[in-house]
Formats: sequence, C-alpha cells, structure tokens
Amino acid sequence: MSAQTQFSGGFQNAPIDAAHAFRAAMTVMARPGEIRTVSGSEPPAPLSVAAGTLLLTLCDPETKVHLAGATDTDAVRQWLAFHTGAPVSDATEANFAVGTWQELGLLSQYRIGTAEYPDRSATLIVECTDLRQAGAALSGPGIRGTAHLSLPDISAFQGNAVLYPLGCDFFFTCGDKVAALPRSTQIRAEG
Amino acid sequence: MSEYNFAYLDEQTKRMIRRAILKGLAVPGYQVPFASREMPMPYGWGTGGVQVSAATLTPEDTFKVIDQGADDTTNAVSIRKFFENTADVETTEETEKATVIQTRHRIPEAKLTEDQILVYQVPIPEPLRFLEPRETETRKMHSLEEYGLMHVKLYEDISQHGAISTSYAYPVKVSDRYVMDPSPIPKFDNPKLEMDAIQLFGAGREQRIYAVPPHTKVVSLDFEDYPFEATKADHPCDLCGAEDSYLDEVIMDDAGNRMFVCSDTDYCRSRRAAGHVGRLAEEGAA
Repeated sequence: MSAQTQFSGGFQNAPIDAAHAFRAAMTVMARPGEIRTVSGSEPPAPLSVAAGTLLLTLCDPETKVHLAGATDTDAVRQWLAFHTGAPVSDATEANFAVGTWQELGLLSQYRIGTAEYPDRSATLIVECTDLRQAGAALSGPGIRGTAHLSLPDISAFQGNAVLYPLGCDFFFTCGDKVAALPRSTQIRAEG
Repeated sequence: MSEYNFAYLDEQTKRMIRRAILKGLAVPGYQVPFASREMPMPYGWGTGGVQVSAATLTPEDTFKVIDQGADDTTNAVSIRKFFENTADVETTEETEKATVIQTRHRIPEAKLTEDQILVYQVPIPEPLRFLEPRETETRKMHSLEEYGLMHVKLYEDISQHGAISTSYAYPVKVSDRYVMDPSPIPKFDNPKLEMDAIQLFGAGREQRIYAVPPHTKVVSLDFEDYPFEATKADHPCDLCGAEDSYLDEVIMDDAGNRMFVCSDTDYCRSRRAAGHVGRLAEEGAA
C-alpha cells in the first residue's frame, strides 16, 4: 500500500463494499447490542476503519458532517471531501457527527428531529476504545429480552430515549467493529 | 453481469434510501419520506419494495419474491428476473433458503429467522389516508398520537356489520407509538408481524419507507368487547390439506364448484413434497 493521501483509502469496489457495510449497519441498528464488523475503507487517523466505512456508506453531498474534536484535521477533511463530497458543518446543523464521546460534547446541541418529521435528526458516530456486549442493559424494539452493550455514558442516552420519538441515533465504532443504539432503546445502568 | 450499477440504482440514490431505512428502524412504524426514483416498471408493481431491496441486497444474498404468496405470478417473476440481471444474486422459491424476501400482500407461512429480511411492497403507506386525505393533517395526527379517527372507523365497522369487517391492511400500533399500515396483508398475517426477521416497507409512488425491527411489539387495533381476530377461510387446503395456512378460493367451473388452496405456494409445495394430501390433490397431480 502506498503512502496515505486524500485520494487513497476509499472503497475498492464502491457498490459492493457499501452494500456489505450497510447490511452490517442496518443489522446493528435493527438489533441494538449486536456487534458487527465493517471494512473497506482506510481513513486517515484518528478515524477508525468502522467510522470511515460508515461515512463512506452513508454520507454524500446531501449530508452535513460534523467533525468533532481531534477528528477535525486537514487530512480527514480532504479525505471526506474527495470520497463523499459531504460538507463539513457545526454540530447544530449536522446530519452525521463523528468523534469520541467527550469530543462530541453535549447531546442537546444536535438535531433531534421535529414532531412531524422525527427522522430529521442527527446520527452520531461515537469512536470508542472498547466495544463489548457488557455493561448497560438495553431493552426495546429489536431486542429479545435484554441485551448488553458497553456504552460510554448512561444518563445522556437515557435522556435521549425520553425524547422518543425524537432524539439522536448512535453508532459506536472501535477498530472495525460497529454497534448501534437507536433512540427507541430503553437503557438501564446494570442488568 | 450487465452494464448497470450493482442492483440497478446509482450509489447516491442507494445512500439516500439507506439513510431512510436506518431512521425508519430507529423510529419503528414512522413513515420516513424518501426521494423515490422512476423504476423500469410501473408504479403499483412494487417500485417501493424494489428500491428497498436494491439498497439492501449484497451479492451473497439469496432472493425470493412473492406476490400474494405465489412465486410464479407475473409481478414476482419479473422482479426476480430484474435482480438476477442487475444484482447477480441467487434466487429461490424456497422460503427457508432466502435471505431477502420481497413480498406483495402476504407474510410467508414458514416462520422467518433472524438471518432473513422481509421487504414489503406498499401501495398506500398512510393508515389514516382514507379517513383524512390531507398529508399535513395526517402528519399532525401522527405527531400528536391522535388516532381516535381510526377507532371510530373500526367502531363503524361494528355498528354496520356487527364485527370489525376490515379484513386486510388491518391497522396496527407499533411499539406503543405509531399506528401503521402493514400493507394489504390479510389480517390473518397480522400476528406474524412480531417476528425474528427485520421488516422493511417501501412505498414507491407515495415516497415513504418504514420499518419494524425484530421482536418489536405490534398490536392490531381492537376493542375489549370486540377483540382482534385473525381470520381465514374455514377449510383445509384442497391440495396439501393444511389447516393452518391462509387460503385462496378458486372458482373451478360455472356450476358453483370451488376449491381452496394455500396462498403461499412454497408452503403448499413443500407440504405436498412431504406427503401431505388434500381433498383434490390427485386430480391436481394428474
């Protein structure tokens, strides 16, 4: 592999790679607590493979992307612009946001949709150092009984779930692993 | 492989549909607007389902299409061929072997598994549309969870017919929040809406996508004194003898003879292959 440039690190076969990545993303969104792997992209640091692959799969000139904290580098901006054409925006307008939980900041600054169009809300891609089926107990649509997922916070996600049917939706990424937490999921600290 | 992009649609269209599917899964039963494309088939032929399938399929999938339960009707055959040509996927008529099943107006009799995805073709996604034609009003009714009108409709069924006469597209409430049109499936299929598979709904002409994740609570609307009833023709299948499957009535001649057969052709075929015999089976085999 040659040195990383803004032109490298995209999908080798965009329709097929994106189809595989979307199936994984859809599966974890439909089954909160499940963990899948996604691959196909080689994004510049500090983006993980999973976060980069989700951005390539879901973002294009129609979606505003917020690069939070350390992810907002020239290399990431150029890579994102070349491969997706997505405009970079601040948190309040973003369709997608990517960064660590600390970098993403207060949830209240993101779009949560409107009562008549709850789909017009942000999807946050939360970079994690660890992603396991342990910790917070999840229940709700997509879950048979109870599922467990290592969430970076509890009360913030509980606050988001209270807004239902409004609220943000989350992907958690760690290396090439991805999990998701839709707003419909109820969260308990221990299970 | 053809000169089309994988699964016919361009990548930007698929991304738009995929974003809608994800939001649909996050808010079960809520209708997400999407920019439906012209497809190489007329509206009403499943363009919504085809677009959702196109955004969902991977080359490794095995694809099945049913139209009112049957694999061999014009609509099902042409959609199956469409994806054979444009997505190069395996196709099958066997429910158990399929990973993605596109359906018009039925849920297969065989229990679907966690590894399967059911894609519905939806003509009118808005359950309140025939009660309130204005989209601005129905959207407000959904946002306020104001579903009294739907109960009035079911009540009027009872006052006119003595029972809830709505027999297909029977409204359901998903996850205690949104009233949803399950597409024109017979109400016999409503209890199966709580399943292990992911359910995606696509309405092409009406430009809406919605979804029901696995294990999601789906309740058919009813009254305490008139509870929901999943009904079917009170008859066994005349080909395979099944008493638990949804039946089509087929007029045999002009002397009033008729037969009942499973609407799910694959279910009927697999039962006959396993040796089950119905009342008219030998004539059918001859």
